[in-house]
Amino acid sequence: MGQPILQVRNLNVRFKTPDGEVHAVKNLDLDIGEGECLGVVGESGSGKSQLFLAIAGLLASNGRATGSVKFRGREILNLRQSQLNQLRGSKITMIFQDPLTSLTPHMTIGSQIVESLRVHQRVPYVEARRRTIEILELVRIPEAAKRMNQYPHQLSGGMRQRVMIAMATACGPDLLIADEPTTALDVTVQAQILDIMRDLKKEIKTAIVMVSHDMGVIAGMADNVQVMREGRIVEAGTVDQIFYAPRHGYTKALLDAMPRIDRPIRAGHVALAPPSTIGAEQRLLDVEDLRVHFPIKIESFPFRRTKLVRAVDGVSFSLREGETLGIVGETGCGKSTLARAVLNLLPRTCGVVVWCGRNLTGIADPAMRKLRKEFQIVFQDPLASLDPRMTVGESISEPLRSLRPELNAEEVRGEVRAIMEKVGLDPAWINRYPHEFSGGQNQRVGIARAMIVRPKLIVCDEAVSALDVSIQSQIVDLILALQSEFRMSLLFISHDLSVVRQVAHRVMVLYMGRVVELADRHTIYEDPRHPYTRELIAAVPLPDPRAERAKPRVALSGDLPSPLDSRAQLSFLKSKMIDDPDAEQYRPQLIEVAPGHFVAEHDPVRTVIGEQEPRRRAATSRG
Amino acid sequence: MTAYADERTELARRAPYIKGRSLWIDARRRLFRNKAAVAGMTILGTIAAIAVAVPFFWPYTYDAINYGLVNCAPDWWPDTSVMCNAGGWHIFGMDSVGRDLFVRVLYGARVSLAIGLVATLVSLLIGVSYGAIAGFVGGRLDEVMMRFVDVLYSLPYLFLVIILMVVFNRNFFLLFVAIGAVEWLTMSRIVRGQTLSIKQKEFIEAARAAGVGTGTTIRRHIVPNVLGPVVVYVTLTIPTVILAESFLSFLGLGIQEPLTSWGVLISEGAAQMESAPWMLIFPAGFMAVTLFCFNFIGDGLRDALDPKDR
Amino acid sequence: MVSYAIRRGLGAIPTLLIIVTLAFFMMRIAPGGPFDSQRRLPPEIEHNIKAAYNLDKPVYEQYLMYMGRLVRGDLGPSFKNKDFTVTELIADGLPVSARLGLSAMIIAIFLGITLGTVAALNQNGGIDFGVMSLAMVGITIPTFVTAPILTLILGVYGLKLFGMDITLPVGGWNGGALANMVLPVTVLALPQIAIVSRLVRGSMVEVLRSNYVRTARAKGLPNRLVVLRHALRAALLPLVSYLGPAIAGLLTGSLVVETIFGIPGIGRYFVLGALNRDYTLVMGVVICYAIFIILLNLLADLLYAALDPRVRYER
Repeated sequence: MGQPILQVRNLNVRFKTPDGEVHAVKNLDLDIGEGECLGVVGESGSGKSQLFLAIAGLLASNGRATGSVKFRGREILNLRQSQLNQLRGSKITMIFQDPLTSLTPHMTIGSQIVESLRVHQRVPYVEARRRTIEILELVRIPEAAKRMNQYPHQLSGGMRQRVMIAMATACGPDLLIADEPTTALDVTVQAQILDIMRDLKKEIKTAIVMVSHDMGVIAGMADNVQVMREGRIVEAGTVDQIFYAPRHGYTKALLDAMPRIDRPIRAGHVALAPPSTIGAEQRLLDVEDLRVHFPIKIESFPFRRTKLVRAVDGVSFSLREGETLGIVGETGCGKSTLARAVLNLLPRTCGVVVWCGRNLTGIADPAMRKLRKEFQIVFQDPLASLDPRMTVGESISEPLRSLRPELNAEEVRGEVRAIMEKVGLDPAWINRYPHEFSGGQNQRVGIARAMIVRPKLIVCDEAVSALDVSIQSQIVDLILALQSEFRMSLLFISHDLSVVRQVAHRVMVLYMGRVVELADRHTIYEDPRHPYTRELIAAVPLPDPRAERAKPRVALSGDLPSPLDSRAQLSFLKSKMIDDPDAEQYRPQLIEVAPGHFVAEHDPVRTVIGEQEPRRRAATSRG
Repeated sequence: MTAYADERTELARRAPYIKGRSLWIDARRRLFRNKAAVAGMTILGTIAAIAVAVPFFWPYTYDAINYGLVNCAPDWWPDTSVMCNAGGWHIFGMDSVGRDLFVRVLYGARVSLAIGLVATLVSLLIGVSYGAIAGFVGGRLDEVMMRFVDVLYSLPYLFLVIILMVVFNRNFFLLFVAIGAVEWLTMSRIVRGQTLSIKQKEFIEAARAAGVGTGTTIRRHIVPNVLGPVVVYVTLTIPTVILAESFLSFLGLGIQEPLTSWGVLISEGAAQMESAPWMLIFPAGFMAVTLFCFNFIGDGLRDALDPKDR
Repeated sequence: MVSYAIRRGLGAIPTLLIIVTLAFFMMRIAPGGPFDSQRRLPPEIEHNIKAAYNLDKPVYEQYLMYMGRLVRGDLGPSFKNKDFTVTELIADGLPVSARLGLSAMIIAIFLGITLGTVAALNQNGGIDFGVMSLAMVGITIPTFVTAPILTLILGVYGLKLFGMDITLPVGGWNGGALANMVLPVTVLALPQIAIVSRLVRGSMVEVLRSNYVRTARAKGLPNRLVVLRHALRAALLPLVSYLGPAIAGLLTGSLVVETIFGIPGIGRYFVLGALNRDYTLVMGVVICYAIFIILLNLLADLLYAALDPRVRYER
């Protein structure tokens, strides 16, 4: 590998907090070679981000770094700011996780790149502007000259992250540190960003550090990998060594915990129980043409207008007893709204929901409250879904107290203890508070709260998305085990196709509030018909370097269009589109291509993927 | 794999205590570690205690006049060029009509603290219920209610209080209500904002899914969670109210003689500043120390209740 | 933005209406009137005077008549200051008050931002502690205490500076001479400096911890650019929202300051008018202040939007 450009020896990072000292990085050694792409993988709290913030001298004010960091043989750790500034932004650059908060909101994106060029390369303004346009084009930002003058909030998440990448590459760095650059993005956008980064790696021959919790992202990018846990590197090696011959137990555990879209059934994990055959025709839930529209106020001269956001726009499905229906889609596709509308937590614009033969439309409040015993919900953010001022026991027992008021305090406590044991919580913790628990434990509390009334249906709204992979796989196992014991039905909502493949009997793909494809779990992954489904599945990174290298390049570019644009729903049926953002558009019909396999009407796949311009235009009109 | 992922669970299992620490207990612990806040509470408590107890042990009353000792300095006053020394227990000296300043300053403390507390209570009652209803019900009602607050915000409010005081001839009780009635605006905005943000939290949705009714939700989930910022704002409102009262007293529109407040004493003292500086120093000092204490307590509470801000 | 400003302007009309109505009826329910004095006037004369000012009519009729004139921009004659209309009195006093208030505000904003930023950059350091302690003093000590103390030091004892004796006039306006402005403006500005610096420090500390400031540092920008170009603008946003209430605070402060220093501003007219039941004068001053507060609030909102491109005009 030759002389490393970055040499870290015996690095320690400590934070002083009111609750004692936190030792985030412990005696760490690290080398990065010229032009190497190093993947650093680890779960939350492993110290992977703090490691690189310390190297760049960006620790929070209560943090201290000790040890040695040499950049091209020169000691840079704890260097004076003014000297460090000659390296930062020119020789060593960084890309951060959240591109919205990481860009200065009151400066145009152009000026943020221009100032970097002006400070480090002392070029005149006009020259800096010209170079900025070139760089923006390099990261495939369409109409770069126009975009220069836009503010970060006017761009979509994917575009913002491209700006961050452009900024980081502007001065031709020797080392680019990307800290979870795609974590906040949708899977199709993530694929595009990773593609751009791979191109850059080839073109500018910069050494890249890719910090991520996602083994799939690492597999597709890195030459070498370091696995971090609790401030230490537990295993290092080439990407193939780490993925195909891991030696350390933690690496093995991480790889094992990764859900795989290409392997629905995995040894050592709870398997999905088949939906009950008894009463298979017994439909628990029937949803017919459900729509939820929100009015949004738009500023325009001289008066404000209201526009409708069609969050859910004509969705129909049914669910049998003991069955799991996976609902998949990207940000803003309406999946969470759909779930809440089904549960009567949100008003429906129109449509019929039939629960066990009973129509829930216009049902009176008291009757509805009685019915709530039969369906419950588990939320995405385990901490936010628990009242911070209530003990977990009180939270878990809340549905019991309002839905089964006949129980006395002793009986309630007994039920709570029993369910806590079932979900893997020690009943002795009944009087503890959510902030004393980890995310995984809090999610168990959330599941216990949903399960305590023994509902027939549980809606899991991104219930495992906020968790680390190892915790995620435990919670998935728990949900599957509970389902095979209690035989409840599930609506499993997720953006993560790999998890859905593992837990759902049938999968429904949503795009812009409408169903584009619905089929059983194997068919939809092995024989996707709709171009959007294909795109989604192709975009999922696999924790398998060889498969990633063999994968074809992503075809689509651009972002999801604005939900305010009525043309958006017809992105895959352009032949019937009326080119007016406010027009009432044609509604694509679902066609049953095989028994139980429904696909929305769409233009032939070749034309959809060949013609990208209108999607870009839709993205431009955002904000 | 459980060997790694479940480590935190294991750690928690081994933890010796089962009794949880609620957020309130945490906050109290942090508050009592804040030296400035503890000092503030101690000093304030002492002032309040003496103010309550002073008529029971002090040899002089607040309205007893001793014409022989008008404008006399306390015995220990270092400047010997003063006209006379008061002697006896007149440790703060005398005022310009010959009353004991010590007892008057503490009677001023009674009035000023009482106004601070009562007016704040008034603002608390109106503000919390108004804000919580507007925030929780939302929609059109919220729009109308907040629009009304906006209108009142553009009133030159102290002017209205002045008009009120003139009109109703410096009614003591009305003074409390008037000041409280103008201070509730900010409180209602704070409470509404908090309610809105809590309403969007998933645990409120969870409560709905669990079949909990609206009233119970407000009582069980909303109110306890808004309480933190409200408590902080209350400690910061009291000094504002005390200041507002002193402004009115300074303009001759506050408390009437022989009763007194710090504002009255200070404005009297300011007039005699050159010849009898103790008449300004003591009431002004007491008031400044009290306001300091409230501000320290408020800052301490904010840090204790919102630990991310450190 | 123009449509927003117009809409806000229209929205201010009901606000003004409420203020006028409220003030009008509050004055009228008061016992006593402008022409009650120590010696009783003969009934006919009293009646004549009242008739001249329409005080003999029912209150609602008086209200309608007043509103009718107000629409035409006529604030009516002053009851007490004979021979003057309220408009004339306000035209006299407003420039004085405005000059006083604006000077104090400009000083407060400039010094407050500087002190607050410096304190935030030295968070928890000695400078921070010093500035914040001073700010606390500035907030807790009322203007009517600082005014006499400063008067004593600068006005009575005088200050020896560069071998010169500086003694400032302790009162009066003297046509707005600089020497006469120093004391009142200082007294008025002190608490505002304190509040502004506390506010700016708080928001600056938060902004300095934000992700985009971290990005700016990661870009290797010199500290000066990071603070001035990336952090300051966002840190000023809370200050802009504070401007509305600040102006109200300044007004109450100016009541006291004008009284202490004997400055012929409209604050003094107001206090005197209220005490004398000079209905029209009090109403005129209240309306004048209300218009000011509404206008400046609107200005603050527009400024906010100019500083933060994310803001969409709402309400």
